Amino acid sequence: MIRRAPRTLAEHSPILFPALMLVVFFVIPFSLMIAVSVFRRVPGGFYEPDFVFSNYERFLTTFFGGVMSFSLGLAALVAAMSVGIAFPFTYRLVRLPRVNQIRWLVFLLSILSLSEVIIGFAWSTLLSRTAGITNLFVALGLMSEPMALSPSFGALLAGLVYQAFPYTVLVLYPSLARFDPNLVEAARTLGASPLKSFLTVVVPGQRNTIVATTIMVFVFALGSYLLPQLLGKPQHWTLSVLITDQAIYQANMPFAAAMAVFLVLVSLALVGLALLAGRKEEAA
Amino acid sequence: MSALVLDGLTKRYGSVVAVHGASLRIPHGQFVCLLGPSGCGKTTLLRMIAGLEDPSGGRLVIDDKDITEAPAHLREFGMVFQSLALFPHLTAGENIAYPLRIRGANKAEQRKRAEELLELVRLPGVADRPVSKLSGGQRQRVAIARALALKPKLFLLDEPLSALDAKLREAMQIELKQLQQRLGITTIVVTHDQREAMTMADLVVVMSQGRIHQAAPPMEVYRQPADAFVADFIGLTNLLDGEVTAPGAVAVPGGQLHLPNLPPSGRVLLSVRPEEVIVHPAGNDGPNRLTGRLSFMRDLGASVEFRIDVAGREIVAVSRPQDRPPVEPGGPLSVEFPPAACVVLPPMGERPQ
Repeated sequence: MIRRAPRTLAEHSPILFPALMLVVFFVIPFSLMIAVSVFRRVPGGFYEPDFVFSNYERFLTTFFGGVMSFSLGLAALVAAMSVGIAFPFTYRLVRLPRVNQIRWLVFLLSILSLSEVIIGFAWSTLLSRTAGITNLFVALGLMSEPMALSPSFGALLAGLVYQAFPYTVLVLYPSLARFDPNLVEAARTLGASPLKSFLTVVVPGQRNTIVATTIMVFVFALGSYLLPQLLGKPQHWTLSVLITDQAIYQANMPFAAAMAVFLVLVSLALVGLALLAGRKEEAA
Repeated sequence: MSALVLDGLTKRYGSVVAVHGASLRIPHGQFVCLLGPSGCGKTTLLRMIAGLEDPSGGRLVIDDKDITEAPAHLREFGMVFQSLALFPHLTAGENIAYPLRIRGANKAEQRKRAEELLELVRLPGVADRPVSKLSGGQRQRVAIARALALKPKLFLLDEPLSALDAKLREAMQIELKQLQQRLGITTIVVTHDQREAMTMADLVVVMSQGRIHQAAPPMEVYRQPADAFVADFIGLTNLLDGEVTAPGAVAVPGGQLHLPNLPPSGRVLLSVRPEEVIVHPAGNDGPNRLTGRLSFMRDLGASVEFRIDVAGREIVAVSRPQDRPPVEPGGPLSVEFPPAACVVLPPMGERPQ
């Protein structure tokens, strides 16, 4: 192992390939998108090179502001719920015998293999009036007649959390598997009940993992554009939906690009804030 | 009245029996060492006492109260783990004050108690340091302080000193013993190091394969081992197979010994410590002597060690340099087993009655 910083070109070489990939598949497309976002749209045509900010000005309205804050709020809620459910789940999972762990992980990976479209249609069927779960409730005598639960905000939230849950578990898994079970036992002998030892030892001890996972799920949920259309009403459409709409159906590339750039900047800013808050708390 | 009573405590994992009916009475204020080779069940026994493992059978009673079913967090025992298990997200002081914090003590109270305890373990002034900035010995002391924070009824330690280097370990053994005497707290330590057990314990509990072989004061365990395992595990010993041939006489390989305390007949095992074996020049006959040949000798300065071949068996003897007989390696000599030094044990593989 070389412990000092790499100096010669040869020592830098291992990073060249990933760097190249990053430039080709991220930096260049993203730069193109920034460029397009200041181009001028040609009505009836496509767009031509220019340097105007009119695309950005367009969404400084209450409508886009509302969509933006709804998108961010929804993503934050999905992140909080996914981590809130997945963290205790994963904590129990890593304590299970190996065989059972593998069964659970295979099950979760099989959810991962489902596409957003399949998840969306499955949930909308499950929550529909004609074939949905409410028919079961009626049969059990819990409800008087079946009703449609989708589209609604609840349906959208359920679908997004369902989709994010396996990712969340897989990201939390390595860190929780390494967690020393003696720490919880020590807390128990010091008088902490199982719940209290979880809240005072496991959660604070895993804070960095929790922050990192929450950010990941947040970004993941922010990019979702199919589920809001399948499970939500038009007022639940996120900025990602509008971007898709502008880019594909309205053929307004410059405006779509401007919205995308804005979304990236806002989410980067929020992630930065979360990291900063995490570090400050650690220093205190 | 005993502080702690283990009554047939048993732990099974499937078909494996980790602890086999452990019964023990521990009086108040005793320092107890659970001693045995790794995998003998001593840690499992300690964890059952702490409430971290559910016994498969038997009872655990403290001050006449049955606590077999009591959950760990209601037992009020302090425990030091082998890994120490200090909370990495807290400072040394916060670690020590943790049990007070979860009971709702205020900050000032927590702080005061943490500093008192750091004083007690002779580590003042580190309360604000993160655990990761402490040395191994300091962490050890913080773990001990934390376990003592609530003045527990029972102080449990699982191989507490195994992570320290040899020199520090010796010092900590003495310090731990002094601390225990000062506080008068009933203490149970798990160790595989017999020196450690001999240094600290009032009561040594020798275990192997899930069973308690002997529970006695250190010198008794050494001088009056209950069976061949204890005799062999504690210190160095010579084990001789014998057969009682006449009242008070036992035939061993290479001759016959006359001993008191022999059973009327049958096979026995004799344990004789090397320092009790007396080496004489050849031809110097007397009672309880066997003849042999010196196969190896080393002068260690403070003592001389002999390895003597008696009828194909190796006998180890240790004497003071000034008592060394004039013999050369390969030469014949006479080995005396004083009757008082020979401990009569049941033959190998049989349980003591």
